[in-house]
Amino acid sequence: MEIIDILLAASFWEAAIRIATPLIFGVLGALVCERAGVLNLGIEGIFTAGAMAGWMAVWLGAGLWAGVLVAALAGAFFGLIHAILTVPLGLSQHVSGIGVTLLATSLSYFTYRTALPDVSSPPRIEPFRPLDIPFLSDLPFIGQALFSQTAMTMLALVLVFVTGWVLYRTPLGLAIRAVGDNPSSVEAQGLSVYGLRIGAVVVGSSLMALGGAFLTMSAFDAFFFGMINGRGWVCIALTVFASWRPGKALIGALLFGAFDAFQVRLQTEVGAFLPSQVFLMMPYILSIIALIVVARKADYPKALLVPWFKGQR
Amino acid sequence: MSSAAQTSQQTSQDLLLALAGITKRFGPLIANDAIDLTVHKGEIVALLGENGAGKTTLMNILFGHYVADEGTVTVAARDGNLEQLEPGAPQAALDAGIGMVHQHFTLAENLTGLDNIVLGTEPIFRLRRDRTKARAKLAELMAGSGLNVDLDQPVHKLTVGEKQRVEILKALYRDARLLVLDEPTAVLTPQEADSLFAVLRKLAQNGLAVIIIAHKLAEVLAVSHRIAVLRGGKKVGEMMTSDADHRSIAELMVGREVPVSRRIAREPGQPVLTLSDVTIDRGDSRRSLHGVSITAHEGEILGIAGVSGNGQAALAQLIAGLDKPDHGSVEIFGQKVEKFDAHQFAQNGIARIPEDRHHDGMVGSMTVAENIAIEDVRNAGYQKFGFLDFEAIRKRAEHAITDYDVRCPGPDAPARLLSGGNIQKLILARVLEKSPKLILANQPSRGLDVGAQSEVHRRLLEARQNGAAVILISEDLDELLTISDQIAVIHAGHITPAMATDTIDRSELGLMMAGQKKTHHAPTNQKTTTHSGETA
Amino acid sequence: MIRFEPRANPGPVLTYGVPVIAAAIAILLAAIPLALADAPIIRAYGLMISGAFGSVFSISEMLTRATPLILTGLAAAIAFRAKLWNIGAEGQLYMGAMAAVAIGSGVIDGPSWIMIPVVMIAGAIAGALMLIGPTLMKTRLGVDEVVTTLLLNFIVLLFVQMMLEGALKDPMSMGWPQSEPIIDSAVFPPLIERMRVHFGLIIALVSAIALAVFVKRTVWGFEIRAVGENAAAAKFAGISVTKTMILVAALSGGLAGLAGVAEVAGTRGYLATDLSPGYGYAGIVVAMLARLSPVGVIASALFVASVFVGADSMSRAIGVSSYLADLIVAMALLCVLIGGFLTRFTVHFDRKTAG
Repeated sequence: MEIIDILLAASFWEAAIRIATPLIFGVLGALVCERAGVLNLGIEGIFTAGAMAGWMAVWLGAGLWAGVLVAALAGAFFGLIHAILTVPLGLSQHVSGIGVTLLATSLSYFTYRTALPDVSSPPRIEPFRPLDIPFLSDLPFIGQALFSQTAMTMLALVLVFVTGWVLYRTPLGLAIRAVGDNPSSVEAQGLSVYGLRIGAVVVGSSLMALGGAFLTMSAFDAFFFGMINGRGWVCIALTVFASWRPGKALIGALLFGAFDAFQVRLQTEVGAFLPSQVFLMMPYILSIIALIVVARKADYPKALLVPWFKGQR
Repeated sequence: MSSAAQTSQQTSQDLLLALAGITKRFGPLIANDAIDLTVHKGEIVALLGENGAGKTTLMNILFGHYVADEGTVTVAARDGNLEQLEPGAPQAALDAGIGMVHQHFTLAENLTGLDNIVLGTEPIFRLRRDRTKARAKLAELMAGSGLNVDLDQPVHKLTVGEKQRVEILKALYRDARLLVLDEPTAVLTPQEADSLFAVLRKLAQNGLAVIIIAHKLAEVLAVSHRIAVLRGGKKVGEMMTSDADHRSIAELMVGREVPVSRRIAREPGQPVLTLSDVTIDRGDSRRSLHGVSITAHEGEILGIAGVSGNGQAALAQLIAGLDKPDHGSVEIFGQKVEKFDAHQFAQNGIARIPEDRHHDGMVGSMTVAENIAIEDVRNAGYQKFGFLDFEAIRKRAEHAITDYDVRCPGPDAPARLLSGGNIQKLILARVLEKSPKLILANQPSRGLDVGAQSEVHRRLLEARQNGAAVILISEDLDELLTISDQIAVIHAGHITPAMATDTIDRSELGLMMAGQKKTHHAPTNQKTTTHSGETA
Repeated sequence: MIRFEPRANPGPVLTYGVPVIAAAIAILLAAIPLALADAPIIRAYGLMISGAFGSVFSISEMLTRATPLILTGLAAAIAFRAKLWNIGAEGQLYMGAMAAVAIGSGVIDGPSWIMIPVVMIAGAIAGALMLIGPTLMKTRLGVDEVVTTLLLNFIVLLFVQMMLEGALKDPMSMGWPQSEPIIDSAVFPPLIERMRVHFGLIIALVSAIALAVFVKRTVWGFEIRAVGENAAAAKFAGISVTKTMILVAALSGGLAGLAGVAEVAGTRGYLATDLSPGYGYAGIVVAMLARLSPVGVIASALFVASVFVGADSMSRAIGVSSYLADLIVAMALLCVLIGGFLTRFTVHFDRKTAG
């Protein structure tokens, strides 16, 4: 069977993990924000900002890792705007998030156009190269599928573990989980609700920006208009699908990546019969289906979307 | 209650907390007016006052949530020196050993009891948590106080009483030397309240100072050493509990003779609402009913007693037309209800008073007039071809505002400007003006001051006198015993047969509320209600 | 320490003044990116103003831009009033445009007074259906409508692309993915001879006023307000939240669909995948600047349209990226959000009294 052949190929899983990488960053970022009680619809714009800022830094001569840092800072900046509007000011998280997406996207585009007014084809940088780890990269199958990814993919996988550890094994994570469930429980114990929430949104937004940076610095080597193409929104759906858990977020992103890689291969097999757009729609449709599947039992953080003001009980 | 002797020996060396001349204004309103209050080690002080007397404001100042306009808060440091507490700093209050148990618990329900207790007590940026020390300390605290609770359960799985224990442990774990409890018995059965008091006595003997905030004297008489009474933001009296005279304190609190609502004897009429073997299963005992059979008669108030979270919400949803039974039937005037629809119910003469008047009772940004007409805007009198008849809506509101004494700037003012008592009057005006045949009153007087409370009772009794059947769901035993003709007890989704109020023994009622005393279900025997209370 | 206290009742000066000030601040903030782009700032502002208001032609262009923005702004305003977070106006616009093209490019023909209403109704229904779906998923299954409407934007655009390469492809387009043109009898007539501003503007203005009356004065408007402000209380009072939500979805999606109709039948004449430069998303800004008031939407749509047209014209003259317009619009949204906060709260600075 051809399908079995596709699924058993190391190159298929290599592609799946590559496609999943920006989503892993994005879902982890969304999850950290939402665990603290703040929906961050700025994600799509923050992806764009991360992609542009990281790429631009490298293009201007910075090292790759310095570019990653610049992307994270760009994400933190826009996260801070969203955090200030939604946490101490308690404004609508929906509208503020959309506003941040519009701002981050237009600012990225404006900056890119201003820096490069006349180019017809986007300039390229030297992106992250696939790792060549002695022994590990030579393993059959898994060597190609996992250990020949770029360093940013490895970073994403490490961050899954780190996020999980912080959330479930440290006092900080305990406080973040509490503030997303009942902010008063945190205030009553002398911790700062605003501090925790703002911190979570800023850190979560940095993670989102890394997802964007992966696209321009690892998956591709240039910045294009419209390149995020809804990946941020997909992450918001996957966060619900993952029940706000880092481990499940990894599984969700990988399933999604596998499906996407699969449809691309299927397209080459049966593309003659169906318009290409049908395949391109699949990721979005899949996200909606994922939402429907979990909607009934989705256990939203209880304080999500609910503004909290000092001294309130 | 060997307390009087104990407290009389107290000297200034035992002084733990002194509030001096605390004044707090909110705009033109003076919430606290030069209040003095002292608490000593090992002493249990009851802070009594009506809703709105300034108790909560005072405690918010103590905890640093508000900053007082005048006055000081002084706390004895652990070495015995008196030190002024930094205003507006919750962390300073916590560090000084002041612990608070709020009426609405401040627990994260997705975490375990242990997590909630430890939260905020360890340095926040650490790579791991270490629970062995915490467990050892808590085991010791539990043994010393009798506060037993499974700390490894997520909080949402605990009962209300258990949650309260977690809250108290939370304070003790932080080495609280002063514990403030806000209306601690409001959500407990009488027996649970007794065991709470036992714990508090034990803790006081070990040197803990306790402030209990309450709006009912009876609840604190058994446990406190000293009573301070607030009214209208001022301290109007202070005395040893042993010297306290029940009646005079009640008057001190209210500032005038307490109006007592009395039922006038009346023969019940035809059944209005009959639930037969109704089951609603929502997988959660708080929102489920199991084989419930009750009947409400014309001219009768049927009280439903119970600790909150035992299925009252499911019962209220059903009678309000917001949910339908999985099994069993509901009959209104002998007609089986087929369609459960809130709009239909309201139009068919069922007055529905919601439990949470702010959340379910009014749309804050809409006007008083619109809120009064909200159930009826589709009716012919209030619209023509879909266009609202603002004149009619306004006229009705003007009547309602006068008849029900709703204090508001006018019918066009947004409803959110109204106080809790006036919101309740607005809701009464909305539903009672239509001379309903059946009234669902879910916690109708909770959180209201005595004046508004007695107004609610008067209106319900008046409707009863006019032949309405009233279902009164309440956690307030005094309220139930005062105005109900019959009382049934709800526990874990089961409802006992109704008992005539005059035959009921308070402590027996408490046991039934705790589910420890089961009466037999007698759905076929609904009308013989008078003696079923004794046939346990 | 900073403290916020709710204001009892913000006066009309605050209510109407804040959006104006927010818009002005956003315009002023644009000086920063202009300076960073090394542009002559004063001249750039002058060019923007003359680009939007300098001639009958530029005013006509501005009104042409404002037409779809009024409609998508109304779509967002009515949905947000009911707390239905419709972020999918972009997709609903394309579906409306596609329905108009499917019916109005020669399948049926008739006089204008039949054909124009027919394409409008077709477009409105298509847009409405696009939102009723996610709304039902929200009320029946509890699926968050924000994400579904957002994702549907991408699905719809791909679907439109597919149709333009397939069933709706214009055989005369020489390979460009675009539809056959709307037939003459279905084209919205221009309002001024040889100018682009068209009948769609009248439709948009009438829609705004009709919606204002509907929300304020009718039973259904009453129910929408009640559900939007406090769904629990509305439900308790016997108002069907589901039915109200579906009504809102039909109105909101229908208005966004109409925007698409206006674009193909009034401005463009045919459907292509670059029909909307983000009118659906900009509609959210328009609605927020109008503080969700239907009549206010007219004013804020004119503002957003003049920013776009002015920036385009400025961009052509001195080569500053026209993404500046998107930037100004995004900043205006964030400014009006903060401004809205200041109308609801007063800010106090407490002095700490002890140490």
